[in-house]
Amino acid sequence: MSFLKRSPWIVHYDGASCNGCDIEVLACLTPRYDVERFGVVNTGNPKHADILLITGYINEQSQPVVKAIYEQMPEPRVVVAVGICATSGGIFRECYNTKGGVDSTIPVDVYVPGCAARPESIIDGVVKAIAVLEEKHLAMKKARAAS
Amino acid sequence: MGERTVIPFGPQHPVLPEPIHIDLVVEDEHVVEAIPSFGFIHRGLEKLVEKKDFHEFTYVAERVCGICSYIHGMGYCQAVETVMNIQIPPRAKWLRTFWCELSRAHSHLLWAGLLADAFGFENLFMQCWRIRETVLDVIEETTGGRVIFGSAKIGGVRRDVDNDTLKRCAVKIASAAAEFEELKKVFRDDYSVKQRLCGIGMLSRDDAWTLGAVGPTLRGSGVRTDTRLEGYAAYNELKIEPIVETACDSYARCMVRMHEVTQSFDLIQEIAARTPEGPVFEKPSGYPNGEYFARLEQPRGEVIYYVKGNGTKNLSRFRVRTPTFANIPPLLHMLQGCELADVGLIVLTIDPCISCAER
Repeated sequence: MSFLKRSPWIVHYDGASCNGCDIEVLACLTPRYDVERFGVVNTGNPKHADILLITGYINEQSQPVVKAIYEQMPEPRVVVAVGICATSGGIFRECYNTKGGVDSTIPVDVYVPGCAARPESIIDGVVKAIAVLEEKHLAMKKARAAS
Repeated sequence: MGERTVIPFGPQHPVLPEPIHIDLVVEDEHVVEAIPSFGFIHRGLEKLVEKKDFHEFTYVAERVCGICSYIHGMGYCQAVETVMNIQIPPRAKWLRTFWCELSRAHSHLLWAGLLADAFGFENLFMQCWRIRETVLDVIEETTGGRVIFGSAKIGGVRRDVDNDTLKRCAVKIASAAAEFEELKKVFRDDYSVKQRLCGIGMLSRDDAWTLGAVGPTLRGSGVRTDTRLEGYAAYNELKIEPIVETACDSYARCMVRMHEVTQSFDLIQEIAARTPEGPVFEKPSGYPNGEYFARLEQPRGEVIYYVKGNGTKNLSRFRVRTPTFANIPPLLHMLQGCELADVGLIVLTIDPCISCAER
């Protein structure tokens, strides 16, 4: 039996993006793409979430917020960096205010490229994230059995 | 009189897709004062003009915001074109207007969905976004992108759209418009929608004017204004009548946007029928030298671009005054005295686009 008897819940945060990827994340939930039919729920509470979707790069001000959200999530947790800004800084890479991609602050498991990332690729990223979540869960289980 | 408590709102909050932080000073259930703090998505892209050349910067300007992306790119181009004295071909002007109106329709539909979600009407949220997808299909068919169009260019537009495609798009938009009329009835007449919107977040005409509100927020308070009347792009050949509501509450602002979607759909039909033949691009030569303020109407209100060139490939200054930024003081005024449960809703009625405001 797989760990994920039920579907993953998602929390979404906008690091410092132009908003394009954020509305595409929301578009995934609406009738055309409708990830809720697979049980994927966009929750506002990090403590209920398995997967963290982050759009946009990290700046001075958003860094502590991103860290706080990540730390509040229960283990196992997976981070998906949505869009090219979240991956590397993208078009804003040379801005004075950037700290780089999301991986400059928290460990990232799945990268979704695109500017703006299309809903199809975001859904694909989440599906990949589910596999990572499964792996992490097995690793945790093993570690528990060993100790 | 109860004790005063400070309740933080945001930056990560279910009602907002973007981070904004407001400290709400609350007495019992009523908000006494709202203190905002910004900078969560400040990118400092205005400074990028010093690193990217002025052609390349169009794409950065477009990423000021992902919702009204096209109008940002176009506003920048319009400012640079005026500085460089370029007359863009008429077809390019009409195509730009076409995409502007598509942006407005998709942005207002997106907002309507978020508003419905904020007052707990999940079904309405889904319906708004379903119709929005049709608009996005048209955008994708004509530009190749869904939210970032990338089709503005200094001297015209990046790609032509043939007349058959324009006609096909007009048919699609007509079907979306028919579906939208059904939806509009719900926003206009539904009991629960009215319960949540009427009389909430009052902003009187005088306050709106003095605090510098723009766009639907200002028009919802009874001021007749619309920057499209300035006649940029092809707007001087189209008949625009600003949509004004006088109730001054959240419901009025909602209805302004609802009627604007209909207006945009009508304009799209007209543009698709009237776009003249001809080239779409005029190759610019030289470098911009001089300064200019361009004013355009975004879905959220008036946006101002300031461009200053010094005769080199990099501009020396670029500045945007975005509508959300102008609407923050009126928002803080609206929040005073409101109930805590209405805060999320009232914040949404100005249609906040934080990435615009913080750039």
